[in-house]
Amino acid sequence: MGKAEGALAALSLFLAWQVAALAVQAPVLPGPLAVLTAFVQALPRGLLWHTAVSAWRVVASILIAVGLAAPIGLVLGQIKRLDVMAAPLIYITYPIPKIVLLPIVLLFLGIGESSKVFIIALILFFQVLVVVRDASSGVRPELIYSVRSLGARRRQLLRYVYLPACLPAILTALRVSTGTAVAVLFFAESFATNSGLGYYILVEGWGRLAYPEMYSGVLAMSLLGFTIYLALDWLERRLCGWVQLGK
Amino acid sequence: MIRVENVSFAYPGKEVIFQRFSWQVEKGESWAIIGPSGCGKTTLLYLLAGLRLPQEGAVLVNGQMVRRPRRQTGLILQDYGLLPWATVHQNTALGLTIRGVREPQRQAIVTQWLARLDIADVSAQYPSQLSGGQRQRAAVARTLALEPDLLLMDEPFSSLDALTREGLQNMVVELGIESILTSVLVTHSIEEAVFLGKHILVLPLSPITQGTVIDNPLAGQLRYRDQPEFYRTCERVRQTVERVGHDGQG
Repeated sequence: MGKAEGALAALSLFLAWQVAALAVQAPVLPGPLAVLTAFVQALPRGLLWHTAVSAWRVVASILIAVGLAAPIGLVLGQIKRLDVMAAPLIYITYPIPKIVLLPIVLLFLGIGESSKVFIIALILFFQVLVVVRDASSGVRPELIYSVRSLGARRRQLLRYVYLPACLPAILTALRVSTGTAVAVLFFAESFATNSGLGYYILVEGWGRLAYPEMYSGVLAMSLLGFTIYLALDWLERRLCGWVQLGK
Repeated sequence: MIRVENVSFAYPGKEVIFQRFSWQVEKGESWAIIGPSGCGKTTLLYLLAGLRLPQEGAVLVNGQMVRRPRRQTGLILQDYGLLPWATVHQNTALGLTIRGVREPQRQAIVTQWLARLDIADVSAQYPSQLSGGQRQRAAVARTLALEPDLLLMDEPFSSLDALTREGLQNMVVELGIESILTSVLVTHSIEEAVFLGKHILVLPLSPITQGTVIDNPLAGQLRYRDQPEFYRTCERVRQTVERVGHDGQG
């Protein structure tokens, strides 16, 4: 998507929003200009801090999920015997909607940061694990042979073959899961907390009938998801130049 | 240089490919291996490269038993050897990087081989941006940059069109590969085997206990393709391949 197309899409969205606001003519749907004004005013008055808290929770979850799932996926992809043992477990646990585990996670980890980060990381973990395992096992044996013949041992195979082979899959899995991660974040921040955008939207906005503030929070959460998406896109362009050639 | 002694090999759960198979290559010789599809040509190359180990017998190179890939053995594969995520320059430098050769020495070696193989102008491109011929030149550059004493090639030019294939076969002759190192080429092309192999090993269908050796002293000359002897040798190899394909052991 080019810059012009992006700007046109954003403009269309704002126009549709403005038309809807004019049609509804009610405080529950303020126009984009009113929300943008409220957004800018709210930033220094706490919105920025709530956004930073939410951003930290998502980024920490992504890093933990990738940090744990990528090595396990790489090992499973390379060692068939282990994969055969782990496959039924992954098959059974992968489709479980992890969000239903939130009450259990809260019981074990409490209502602090760790439970929120854990539940998001858990969701991302399975996405990354499965794609890394598949990408790792899908590396052509001829490629491994040719690099081994150059003198590569396991560590160098990991660095020069398996990791680059899995990187596009990891980034795609994260990009696909970003929406889910932010949605789960919203849910996890909607109770038993006094920070984060979920709290801001529900308590400081919706609970106080302060609709421009509520929409400011929604806008901040959308921007958070969009920024993560853009960052992953940037990383893919930076690190996976060869993939871009095929697009 | 190479001694294959009573080697037996089978992939797990599959039929035996080699059964007490023996073969010998002297230093500086250029060999071509040919035989019916699926007979075990590539497997033999992998055994020589140390990528597969025999269940019985031994493969020795320079008197040392091959238990893992050896530093001085270069391997060029048909199509999948280059890393898709690395540029031509990075691919060519890969073996040197793995072996800890530092800059600027690495840069100098890579630059020299890219120029010698006429791919310097595509050094910043990825394999998917190259033609088949350029890709194989990059694979050759990467292998020769390591200065191997034994070069193994597994159908290196089979996926290329006829003209490009001939060009690369000429390049192998022009580089003098057959005169500077010991080389073993696996191919399914009789013409390629005759053009490049001073000795041709014709393998029968598996289980292989022995092959048929055809000497071909005129190989390795650019004008060999135009000589009547080339066609006579091609015919001889063709008849041998057909015979061992039908009769079993050669």
